[in-house]
Amino acid sequence: MEPLNGLEIFVRILGLLTPVWIALVVTFGLSITFKRKLGLYGKLFDSTVGMIGFAMVMFWVFTALFGGPLDMIVTHDVLQQVSGMKNKVPGTPLRGAEAGDYPYYLLGGDNLARDVFSRVIKGSWIVIKIAPFATLFAFMVGVTLGLPAGYYGGKLDTFLSFLANLILAFPVILLFYLLVTPEIVATGMPVYMAAVIFVMPVAFVMVLINSRYQVIPQKRNLYLSIAAVFGLWFYFSMISTPGTVIDFMPAWLDAKNMEPTILVIFVAVVFVNSPTIFRIVRGLTLDIKTRDYVAAAQTRGEGTWYIMLWEILPNARGPLIVDFCLRIGYTTILLGTLGFFGLGLSSESPDWGSTINEGRKLLSIYLHPALPPALSLLSLVLGLNLLADGLREESLRD
Amino acid sequence: MGLFILRRLAVMILTALCLTFIVFIMTNLYPNLEKLAKSQGNFRMSDEAVASYLETRGYLQPIPVKYAEWLGVIPSYRHTVEKDDGTVDVTGRCIYPGIAPEDSPNFCGILQGHWGYSTQFKEPASKIIGTRLALTGKLMMWVLITMIPVALIVGVVSGMREGSKTDRVLSTFSIATSATPEYVSGVVLIAVFASSAVGLKFFKGTATSAMESANWENFTLPVLTIGLYGIGYIARMTRASMAEVMTAQYIRTARLKGVSFRNIVVKHALRNALIAPFTIIMLQFPYLLNGVVITETLFNYKGFGWVLVQAAGNNDIELLLGVSVVSVFVVLVTQLVSDIGYVYLNPRISVS
Repeated sequence: MEPLNGLEIFVRILGLLTPVWIALVVTFGLSITFKRKLGLYGKLFDSTVGMIGFAMVMFWVFTALFGGPLDMIVTHDVLQQVSGMKNKVPGTPLRGAEAGDYPYYLLGGDNLARDVFSRVIKGSWIVIKIAPFATLFAFMVGVTLGLPAGYYGGKLDTFLSFLANLILAFPVILLFYLLVTPEIVATGMPVYMAAVIFVMPVAFVMVLINSRYQVIPQKRNLYLSIAAVFGLWFYFSMISTPGTVIDFMPAWLDAKNMEPTILVIFVAVVFVNSPTIFRIVRGLTLDIKTRDYVAAAQTRGEGTWYIMLWEILPNARGPLIVDFCLRIGYTTILLGTLGFFGLGLSSESPDWGSTINEGRKLLSIYLHPALPPALSLLSLVLGLNLLADGLREESLRD
Repeated sequence: MGLFILRRLAVMILTALCLTFIVFIMTNLYPNLEKLAKSQGNFRMSDEAVASYLETRGYLQPIPVKYAEWLGVIPSYRHTVEKDDGTVDVTGRCIYPGIAPEDSPNFCGILQGHWGYSTQFKEPASKIIGTRLALTGKLMMWVLITMIPVALIVGVVSGMREGSKTDRVLSTFSIATSATPEYVSGVVLIAVFASSAVGLKFFKGTATSAMESANWENFTLPVLTIGLYGIGYIARMTRASMAEVMTAQYIRTARLKGVSFRNIVVKHALRNALIAPFTIIMLQFPYLLNGVVITETLFNYKGFGWVLVQAAGNNDIELLLGVSVVSVFVVLVTQLVSDIGYVYLNPRISVS
């Protein structure tokens, strides 16, 4: 068989991504039709920059979903090594292809003769499944600590700000080396940190409910007990992971297990991100607490947590949503950094950082193993930045 | 002002102490010490051999004691072995080969200027950090020389006519560069300008030779890689600040008086617009340090960032502590300078 030329490779990749295109068209069609009823999300479709960013982000989200758990787009197994395919250029026909095999390595083979295209697609799933959740958890931590620090001020603020500055003064890479090396993992440090970090969302939701329904005890008790049961179950099944230091849940109860390696990088990324969010939330709180509606709530005799969570937080949402998008991008960069230094994930994992690290060693001769993951990461982060820009523009408009 | 600086200095010292203590705890966890012993001795050491290796070198003392020794506030650990022929062999942190135990100092820590000994490079940590820091200084100097003017010009030009075509183009450029981490831009730059696959080969893909003699060919790509990321961010901040200043009342007054656009920008707007970027540039230093680590690894330029990776990867405790002291110092000093500079540049702010 003849190797494919550039145009043929391009057309074939477009064809393989068909489900992604369909999903994108459906998303955009529905969103633009109903954009007047969708609040801030709908307004995004008034800004060209925002739409371009959203399209780039959703492209990767759909690619990750279809390629990862649904296993649709990938052409080859990500760990399968085919002899004779080492460092082959894009479009090389698969040697010894049998019926049912995809007959080409569309983006070539890497230095272990694995298919670059499939690895990039699978790698997107690793990013998409970690980055938004890690950012969300970092936000929970930052908000839960930043609100009281800004609202109460005083010693609590001094102490928490000092801690945040302490973490921020660390070079990120040194912190990663200190947290993610196998020796530290063996001591169980990341698992203990996870035990602290995962408490935050549970506490956050419970305080949220309690402060809202404090005056209606029946409702509060009902909602609070539901949240407590689910929250604690979620919490314990998150932190109790077989093979690590904390492992006490019986298997039938343990619904969700994070792989230990993913847990470690998750914790590291949350830990690095949360001080910055803490500072942003604290600054916003300092600003908003002087407003009249906060004074009104204080005069009404509302509880402090009610004021923080139901008066201040909703009014800080604009900058926080924008920062959330930017921060997912930053988290993606951090995950890539971890992979680039070979920390956390195993070396054969298809995530983009590790693949770039593998590919860079032969970069002066073979470009194709390193460039696709690098450009993918670039486009995802760029999309998130453009999306944040569009959101900022639209939220400032009213 | 004096009191403000004093208080900031006190906080700085406290921060540095806390940070080094954290690094100390993390590097002195037993699995890390075991790894150190095995990489220094041999990899098939038994558990007893590991324990005795650590014991004779004083690694098994309580962590606060070791930390105080490293600081130099309590006398250093000495290990005494009585040999068969009756002589006493004393080893310890402060006792260098070739110097008699009686002549060597009791205290040797950071306060005495003793930064410890690198187990990885077999050299005093202070010497390694000094030479590597000089190399990174050279890199950073060129980064700053190229990055700051470009970023400010891009920011000012796109901010002075907000919403124009030039603004759109330059803003897209700065968003794109600030979305590109160093390991992506570095890879793309090497691929385009240094690989035989593309064939341009304008520059070299490694900067190892730049350590002795930096020239256009081997130093452009690393400088560009670090610079690009910073350019985007600083340019965006400058643009925002410039755009804000351009809507101010005094600019409108100047324009109504008939001052030329050029003079408005250069004489009226620029000074006020550059206050915010100054702080941003100073606070960018810690992130630049991050970029330096990645870029030096990517281009194999053996500077400070490269040492950080080597020390962290091999659990070279004293070198790693030295590296963290220096980097924490850089971060805190830049914060201090940015605060003080802000006060001087902006007469509306006062610290007291």
